[in-house]
Amino acid sequence: MSKFAKKKDGEIPAVSTASLPDIVFMLLFFFMTVTVMKDSSLKVVNILPNASEIKKLEKKDRVIYIYVGKPNKEYEKVFGTEPKIQLNDKFSSPSEVGDYILMERAKKSQELQNVLTTALKVDKNASMGIISDIKQELRKVNALKVNYTTYEGDAFRNL
Amino acid sequence: MARRAGAPEVSAGSMADIAFLLLIFFLVTTTIETDAGLDRMLPPWEPPTEDPPIIKQKNIFTVNINRNGQLLVEEELVEIKNLREKAMAFLDNGGAPSGSPEYCNYCQGAKDGSSSDNPNKAIISLKNDRETQYSTYITVQNELVGAYNDLRNREAMRLFKKNFVDMEAEYLNPETSDEVKEELKEKVRRIQGLFPQKLSEAETSAN
Repeated sequence: MSKFAKKKDGEIPAVSTASLPDIVFMLLFFFMTVTVMKDSSLKVVNILPNASEIKKLEKKDRVIYIYVGKPNKEYEKVFGTEPKIQLNDKFSSPSEVGDYILMERAKKSQELQNVLTTALKVDKNASMGIISDIKQELRKVNALKVNYTTYEGDAFRNL
Repeated sequence: MARRAGAPEVSAGSMADIAFLLLIFFLVTTTIETDAGLDRMLPPWEPPTEDPPIIKQKNIFTVNINRNGQLLVEEELVEIKNLREKAMAFLDNGGAPSGSPEYCNYCQGAKDGSSSDNPNKAIISLKNDRETQYSTYITVQNELVGAYNDLRNREAMRLFKKNFVDMEAEYLNPETSDEVKEELKEKVRRIQGLFPQKLSEAETSAN
């Protein structure tokens, strides 16, 4: 009898947490490698369309971003629901695009200034009018290389 | 006194907390980016006084998108699904008679005299309305780029036994070594020369 009684007073050993840091570090490194720093917070709804014939934008330092979309819920009261352009952290009108591109271009080093790409991140529900205005502005400042940023997928899902 | 044999151990208990802190910091400040898309070149800004070059009507493939997302291709209503096929037939036509300087010896199209003479001459003109939805426009762009890519793939397969899209992706990849790049550059240029992308975008119509 005493044989069984003896086992009872021995407590369940605690699970060792010694490998926890390793696991967390592994997760950390995973996230560090697959993600990039966010540079500006989005103030517009930005659901990109799908396309299949896409090319990757390889070098991040050669890209200037322009966001277009309907203002987020909290800005709806002030800016309405029509698609707007977001440059850096503020809403802008199409006429400001040219100045923005020139400003961003001046910030880059000399050898990169001729190889810059403008990435247009446009919400799929935006209309082409605003895009045409942006394109005209880009042509005026000679920023001719554009990339219509999209998700990878079947283009017919857009319709 | 026996314990003095080794240095006292540093407690690693808080290591997990520190690592968690870092992890949460990275989770909050980063995004998984979707940086891929359709590359396009805009036409340079030119003074409107210049005379436009004269282009034969048969070498222009007009695509019109209206505000409801319907397509008018060469004055005919066309479903977007059929656009790629139509564009390919136009580009690959090679209508110039054999012997003429514009004759296209690699084209496999219908050789229709009333369609494009040579892929070098063929221009796709895309026009859209101000009210056209952006997603429709992207789908059309995607199909037109796809038409070019399909034809280039065919030629790359024939000449180099390789897919053009893969070749170009490898060429643009910064991890590719310089010798491989040099070799690919020539091939990519050659294929691009066979089917140059001539996609003109007119200014949008207001109504």
